[in-house]
Amino acid sequence: MNRIVPLLTVLSALFAIWYVAAALMNASLQQDLFANSDNKTYTTSDLIAASLNMERPKLPAPHQIASELYKLIIATDPTSKRSLVYHAGITLEETVIGFLVGGALGVGLAIMIVSVPVLERSLMPWIVASQTVPIIALAPMIVVILNQFDIGGITPKAAIAAYLSFFPITVGMVKGFRSPETLHLDLMRTYSATRSQVLTKLRAPASLPFFFASMKIGVAAALVGAVVAEVTKSEDGGLGARLLAGSYYGQTVQIWAALFTAAALSGALVGLIDLVGRVTLKRLAFPA
Amino acid sequence: MKARSLGDLASPLLFGVAVLLLWEAVVRLAGVPAVILPAPSAIALKLATSVPTLTADFIQTIRGVLAGYVIGNAAGLVVAILIDRSPFLQRGLLPLGNLVSALPIIGVAPIMVMWFGFDWQSKAAVVVIMTFFPMLVNAAVGLRSAGAMERDLMKTYAADYRQTLGKLRLPAAAPFVFNALKINTTLAMIGAIVAEFFGTPTVGMGFRISTEVGHLAIDMVWATIVVAAVTGSLFYAIVAGVERRATFWHASYRAR
Repeated sequence: MNRIVPLLTVLSALFAIWYVAAALMNASLQQDLFANSDNKTYTTSDLIAASLNMERPKLPAPHQIASELYKLIIATDPTSKRSLVYHAGITLEETVIGFLVGGALGVGLAIMIVSVPVLERSLMPWIVASQTVPIIALAPMIVVILNQFDIGGITPKAAIAAYLSFFPITVGMVKGFRSPETLHLDLMRTYSATRSQVLTKLRAPASLPFFFASMKIGVAAALVGAVVAEVTKSEDGGLGARLLAGSYYGQTVQIWAALFTAAALSGALVGLIDLVGRVTLKRLAFPA
Repeated sequence: MKARSLGDLASPLLFGVAVLLLWEAVVRLAGVPAVILPAPSAIALKLATSVPTLTADFIQTIRGVLAGYVIGNAAGLVVAILIDRSPFLQRGLLPLGNLVSALPIIGVAPIMVMWFGFDWQSKAAVVVIMTFFPMLVNAAVGLRSAGAMERDLMKTYAADYRQTLGKLRLPAAAPFVFNALKINTTLAMIGAIVAEFFGTPTVGMGFRISTEVGHLAIDMVWATIVVAAVTGSLFYAIVAGVERRATFWHASYRAR
């Protein structure tokens, strides 16, 4: 209760602000519409009501987005190209494949970096530096390059998702594998443990909190990668393609609906990993 | 981050040079067509011959980046200080801020382009939204990070709220604020570049990348990416440098 009441208050305040903003932002557009339709006798409440229900508003009101979501998710056949479920499915598939590949590569590279000192010294600065580079700028090019090799469909987009999720996971996992205390590492030494034993019996278990934290960042990054990739390769659908199509045709309600779906997808994926992480860490008696 | 010795710098540099050489060799020996992967030398040549275009793109994009970065971070910091006095608002806003940080905010780009037009203002708006929440969440945590002992000390000095804020809690929050500032450099670059995919006047790094990809002028794309990468790294380095000077007292800078 202690957390829910403030959250609900803030959320309802946001909704109220949203409605006011929608009415204010759309009013001038709606005034023009009224002026064009010879309806000169409207009242202020007519104007407000109409501003909140325009077909192409500057800012759609929450109920318009909700009804658009209902129309495109529940009332439309999920296999139809108009359905958001269909597009969200494409995005989800790319995100999950990209995330799994990126995650495996990221963890693998982190293992290599902590086990081979030469690699660490030569690779790690580049990986850290790559965090400061807007790598998403590469997305359109990856699509084109893969197209040259006749690799189309889902692969280029999953590749970009993998690519974006890979760096934060590597950095997080290297930190995680380094997290055991010197005391414990020394203990492993007194047992004369081999490198791989230290890795499997000490470093890997100790890195679990970092693992889940970086997986959460990684999956969110993978989704961003998939959506941006769909913007640059919009012909075969996905939520990013819906965003682009909406912006071409001025369909604001459609953009917002796609945006909310992407946000829900991202929230669900991060929440799922968070849940698995919490349960696992609790079972393994990590301090909360 | 202590000063690096020559040896520490040598191995990553060698590795970088080796990758470039290998790249050049593979492209030349295997005859990879330039539409797939141009050689580093070709990219360098393109970079050198298209300085005016690249400069114009850089100026266009950096305007949106900087304007958005300043406004977004300032707004995040101010809101964090404002809600700091109200635990109620904190409990309501911070989980929301954490949630929003995990969302693909980049998707608001087409909406901002519609609201603020094709020029840099719409890019700045995207950057504001992307940088606001990381700053809000980090600054709010930072403001709570001053220890109970220090707070009690301020109390015994009869310091009022403003004095405690200015002399204890804001300095204590500085490492967290700088952390957000560093995260936000990358987010700002990403926000501005992706927003340009949705429409620009015919200039800007994101515009250049998306149009030159369409013309299969991949060397120009790579040249723009080099500019973007260097800009991003420099931006980060400048903020990290300011951080070093401003929070030199912090434990992470102690010589080991």
